[in-house]
Amino acid sequence: MKAIVTVMLKDGVLDPQGKAIGHALNNLGFTQVGDVRAGKIIELTLTESDPLVAKAGVEDMAKMLLANMVIESFKVEIAS
Amino acid sequence: MLQTGILIFPGINRERDMAIAVEQSFGKAPKLIWHKETDLTGLDLVIIPGGFSFGDYLRCGAMAAQSPVMQAVKTHAARGGYVLGVCNGFQILTEAGLLPGALLRNAGLRFLSMDTMLSVERNDTIFTAHYQKGQVFRAPLAHGDGNYTADPATLDRLEGEGLVAFRYAPGAGGAESQNYNRNGSARAIAGIYSPNHRILGLMPHPEDLVDPLMGGTDGKPLFDSLAAA
Repeated sequence: MKAIVTVMLKDGVLDPQGKAIGHALNNLGFTQVGDVRAGKIIELTLTESDPLVAKAGVEDMAKMLLANMVIESFKVEIAS
Repeated sequence: MLQTGILIFPGINRERDMAIAVEQSFGKAPKLIWHKETDLTGLDLVIIPGGFSFGDYLRCGAMAAQSPVMQAVKTHAARGGYVLGVCNGFQILTEAGLLPGALLRNAGLRFLSMDTMLSVERNDTIFTAHYQKGQVFRAPLAHGDGNYTADPATLDRLEGEGLVAFRYAPGAGGAESQNYNRNGSARAIAGIYSPNHRILGLMPHPEDLVDPLMGGTDGKPLFDSLAAA
C-alpha cells in the first residue's frame, strides 16, 4: 500500500518560491497565471494493509516530521 | 565557568568557528559532541552551531531535530540548562519545538552571505550582559532560510514578554540602512529567547567576529558574557 503526502505552505505564509515560479511563467508569456504555490509530495510504501490504519499512521508521521505545522499543512492520500 | 559542549550533526560546518570563539573567551576548549550522544549530564551550556545538518533535507533542521542528542537537549533545557543555537542551530531549535516559530526561505530567495547589523533588545540575560541595551553591532549572515515567521499571537507574545533577543537594524546610514531586514523576517526578528531566557537562537554568526584577524570583535561580547556567568 502506498501513501502520498502533499505538504504545502499554509495560506497566508509567504511562498517566495511560488512567486518566483509565477513570475517566470508570466515572463514566458503565460499571462493567464496568477498566484502560484509550490509544495512537495512525499510518497511512502507501507507494510500496513488496512487503509484506515495506514492513513492514521501517516497522519502521525506528517505531524511529527513530514510537515512543520507552524508553517505548513498536509494532505494524506492512500493508494493501493 | 560554564561546562560547554558543541553538538555536531552530519553536515554541520561551523563547529570549529564556534569552538574557537568559546575557547578564546572561556580560556578552555569546549567538548565536541556527536549527535548520537544521549546523555548531556554535566554540561551547563549546549551550543548547536551552523551548517547544513543532514543536507537540509525535507526542511532545514528537521532531521537533526529528531537526532538522539536532541532528546538529551530537551532534558537539559527542562532542568534549566543553557542552550545557544546559531543559524542551522536556531532552525534545529525551532524544529525541535524548543523555540517557537519557523525559519522560511529568505524573502528574496537568495542565499545571503554578507554582514548585517543587529540591535541588542535587552542586556540582562546571560548571553548579552557585555553588550549595552540598544547597542547595534555587526554580525555575518550565511543562510538561505532565515526568514523568521510565527503567527501574530506568538509574535505579540515574544515582543510583549521581552523574548526578542536581537533585531536586524539599520547601520550608520547610506543605502545599506534602507534594506536592513534582508531575509524578510517578521518584525525584523533575528534572534529569540525561551521564556526563561536560557535558550537563545539567532540566525547571524557572532562567533565569526571575535578577533581582529577576522575583521572585528563585534561578536565577542556574547562569548564574554557567557564566560563571566
